[in-house]
Amino acid sequence: MRIGRGTSGQPSPSLRLDEDMTNTPQTHAPQTPHESGFTRFLRATEIDPRLLGMVGALLLIWIAFEAYSTFVLGRPSLLLGANQAEANGFLTPRNLWNLSVQTAYIGIMATGMVLVIITRNIDLSVGSIMGMVGMYMGLLQVEYVTPGLGLGHPSIWIMSVIFCVAMGALIGAFQGTLIAFLGIPSFIVTLGGLLVWRGAAFLVAGGRTIAPMDETFALLGGGSFGALGTTGSWIFAVIACVVVVIAFLNGRKARQKHGFALRPVWAETFVIGLICAVLIGAAAIVNSYVWPRGNIAKYYERLGQELPECAKDNDTIYEGVCASFGHGFAYPVLIMIAVAIFMTILMTSTRFGRYVFAIGGNPEAAALSGINTRAMTVKIFTLMGALAGLAAVIGAARQNSATNAMGTLDELYVIAAAVVGGTSLAGGVGTIYGAIIGALILTSLQTGMVLIGFGDGSYQRLVIGSALVLAVWLDIVYNKRIK
Amino acid sequence: MRNAVLVALLATTAFSTAALAEGKTIGVSWAQFQEERWKIDEAAMKASIEAAGNTYVSADAQASAEKQLSDIDALIAQGVDALIINAWDKDAIGPAIEKAAAEGIPVVGYDRLIEDNRTFYLTFDNVGVGRIIAEQVFAVVPKGNYAIIKGDPGDPNTGFLRQGMEEVIGAAVAAGDIVIVGEANSDGWKPENAQKNMEQILTANNNAVDAVLSQNDGMAGGAAAALAAQGLNVPLGGQDGDLAAINRVARGTQTVSVWKNAQDLGKAAGEIASAMADGAALDAIPGATKFSGGEKGVEMNAILLNPTPITKDTLNLAIDAGHITKEAACEGAMEGIAACQ
Repeated sequence: MRIGRGTSGQPSPSLRLDEDMTNTPQTHAPQTPHESGFTRFLRATEIDPRLLGMVGALLLIWIAFEAYSTFVLGRPSLLLGANQAEANGFLTPRNLWNLSVQTAYIGIMATGMVLVIITRNIDLSVGSIMGMVGMYMGLLQVEYVTPGLGLGHPSIWIMSVIFCVAMGALIGAFQGTLIAFLGIPSFIVTLGGLLVWRGAAFLVAGGRTIAPMDETFALLGGGSFGALGTTGSWIFAVIACVVVVIAFLNGRKARQKHGFALRPVWAETFVIGLICAVLIGAAAIVNSYVWPRGNIAKYYERLGQELPECAKDNDTIYEGVCASFGHGFAYPVLIMIAVAIFMTILMTSTRFGRYVFAIGGNPEAAALSGINTRAMTVKIFTLMGALAGLAAVIGAARQNSATNAMGTLDELYVIAAAVVGGTSLAGGVGTIYGAIIGALILTSLQTGMVLIGFGDGSYQRLVIGSALVLAVWLDIVYNKRIK
Repeated sequence: MRNAVLVALLATTAFSTAALAEGKTIGVSWAQFQEERWKIDEAAMKASIEAAGNTYVSADAQASAEKQLSDIDALIAQGVDALIINAWDKDAIGPAIEKAAAEGIPVVGYDRLIEDNRTFYLTFDNVGVGRIIAEQVFAVVPKGNYAIIKGDPGDPNTGFLRQGMEEVIGAAVAAGDIVIVGEANSDGWKPENAQKNMEQILTANNNAVDAVLSQNDGMAGGAAAALAAQGLNVPLGGQDGDLAAINRVARGTQTVSVWKNAQDLGKAAGEIASAMADGAALDAIPGATKFSGGEKGVEMNAILLNPTPITKDTLNLAIDAGHITKEAACEGAMEGIAACQ
C-alpha cells in the first residue's frame, strides 16, 4: 500500500481539497519533471491553485483599502497598533463582520448559480424572485399571520422561512419545467421571469413598503441580537474544527479502502491545521467586535439591572464586562455557511453532483449515458429558486421590511460572484467555495469604497465592472498556462 | 328621479364640454409606472383632465428611454392635443420633444425636468424638498456630525436635493458646527444599498453620527435599520411620504418625511395640459414662474409646488388627506403624538 505520493512517484488523480472520494471531472495537471517546490506543495496538499489566487486577490483588495485608509486618509489602523475604539480602517473586526453579513444573501444565491451555470444555463430572474418572495412573505406575515397568531408568536418566523423557501422553489421549478420540457432557452425564460416576478411583486402591494417584520424573524438578518455571541461562536469554531478532523480521517480511510493515493501525513496535518486556524481566527475576529453601547444598554434594561460603567462611553466599551459582549458569527452568515457546506457535499459527494458536472461537460453525452437531463434541469432551477427564497428571508429580515426594490440588479451581482469565483460560462467548471469568495470580493469592493469615502456611486460600478472582466481574463490566462 | 339626475348630469357634461369647444385628448407618457406613488398621480391627473371634458390616454416606458420615445410616437399618432411627459432620461427625451414641437403639440415636463424651453416644467420644488429635509433635522441637531445618504448618482434629483440640503447646512458646515462625516450614493435608490452605506459610514466613524439626511424614505428605511442595529436613534430625514416612513415618524425613528402630495401635482398637470391643449401660451398659465436652475441654465416657464413636511406634529395632514389610514400611521406610535390620540 502506498503511504504518500512522494514515495510512489506515480501520477495520480489530482483530487481537490474537499472532493474526497468522487469521480467528478477535474482539471488534470500533468506532472512535469521540473516542478517547483511550491507546485509540489500544492500537489501534496491538494489545494486548488485557483483558490489560492482568489484568496490572494481578496486579501490584496483588503490590504489596499486598509493602506488607503491608513496612509492617504490618516485613519488609525489596528495593524499599526491603534486601539480598537478608535480604529476605523478596513481591517477592523467591525468592518469584517459587516462584510460577512453584507455578503450573505448574494453568497447564498451564488452557490445555486454555480450549478445553473455549470449546466450551461443562466438564471436572470433570481433578483426578481427574491423581491417577489420577500414581498408576498412580508404581506402574509404583517397583514395575516401576525394579526392571526398575535404579535411575536414564536411560529411566525418558522412559517415565514418555510413559505419563502417553498415559494422560491415553486417558482424555480416552474421556470425549470419551461426550460427542460418546452425547450425554451433558460436565458429567455429567466429574462421573462425577471420582468414577470418583479411585476407580480408590485401588483400585490402596489409598491408599498411592508414594515416592520416580526422581531424573531428580524434576527435572521443579523445585528447584535441576531448573532451567536462570544461563547457560542467559540463552541461553533471548535466543533467545526473537530468535524473537519473527523472528515479528513474518514476521507483518508475511504481512500485507503479504494486504493487511492493518500496525502502525505504532513500535508494532511497542514491542511487541517490551516482550516482550524481560519475557523478559530474568524471566531476571534467576530468575537472582538463588541456590541455597540446602545445595545448593551438595551440588554441591561431588559434584565432590569444597572448599566455597567464601561457602557456609558464609546471609548470604554472594549473594557471590562462590556468586552464580553462580542457579536460572534451573525445568523445570516451561519445560514450562508450551512448552505455552502450543504451545496459542497451535494456537488462533490452525491450522484446529483456528478450528474451536474457530467451535463456541464457534455450535455449530449450525459443524456446518451442515461442521465435524465430534463429532470436534472428542473431540480437545479428548483434549488436555485429555493436559495433565492432563502436570500429573500435574509434580505427582508435585515432591512426589517419588505421593499419593492429588494433584489433589483442582484441577479447581475450573483452571476458576477459565481464567475469571479471561477465558474465557467462555457459550462462544466465551478466550485461552491469559489462563488462565496467571489461574492466576498464583490461586496468588499462595493462597501469598501464607501468606507473610505472614495468617489461617488459611479466609481463603484466602474470598479466592479472592471474587476469582473479582469477576473475572467486572469482565469483564461491561468487555464492556458496549465494546458 | 334617477332619470332626472342622469339628465342633469348629461346636461352639465354637455355644457362644460361645449364651453371648451370639443373634448381634447391628453397623452401621458410615464417613465416607470411601477412605483407606489404614480398611481396616485394618475388618479388625480385623470380626474382633472376629465373634469375639463378631455380624455386621458397613457403609456408606460418601463424605465427605458428608448421605449419612451416610441411611446410618445404612438401617443402623437393617436392624435393627442397635449402631452404630459414624465421623462425617464432628461436628455434622451430630446427627439420626442422635437417631434411634438414639429406637430405643434404642447408638452408639460412632469416631475422630472426636460430642459427645453418649449416645454412647461411642473414639479415639486426639489431643491425645496432637500431644504425642508435639512431644515427639520437641523432644527433638532444644529451642531454635530451629519451623514448624507444620496440617491442614484445618475439621477438629476440627487443633485437638486443635495443642493437644497447645502442651502440649509452650508453655513454651519463652513463655520465648523456641522461636520459631514459621510456622504454616499445608493445605486438605484435601493434601501439595501442605503443600509450598507449607512453601516459603512457608522463603521468609519465609530458610530459618531448625530444626524442623517436621506434623500428619500426608502433609503431612510435602510438607514434606520442600520442605526437600529447599532442601538442608535438619531434624527433622520427623508422624503416621499412612504407609508412605512410616516409610521416611523409616529414611532419616533424618523424625524421628517417630506411629502409631495402627488394629488396636487397630478391635478395641476391635468389642468395645465388641458389649458395648453386649448391653446394657452406657456407663460400664460396661471401661477407660472421662470425657472433656470437646470444643468444648462435654460430659462423655462414652470410651476414649482411646495411639499409638506410630515413630522410628529403634522402627522394629521397625511391622515386627513386620506394618504394613510390612522391605524397604519399610528401602529406602535410613541407617546404624545396628537394625531394618534
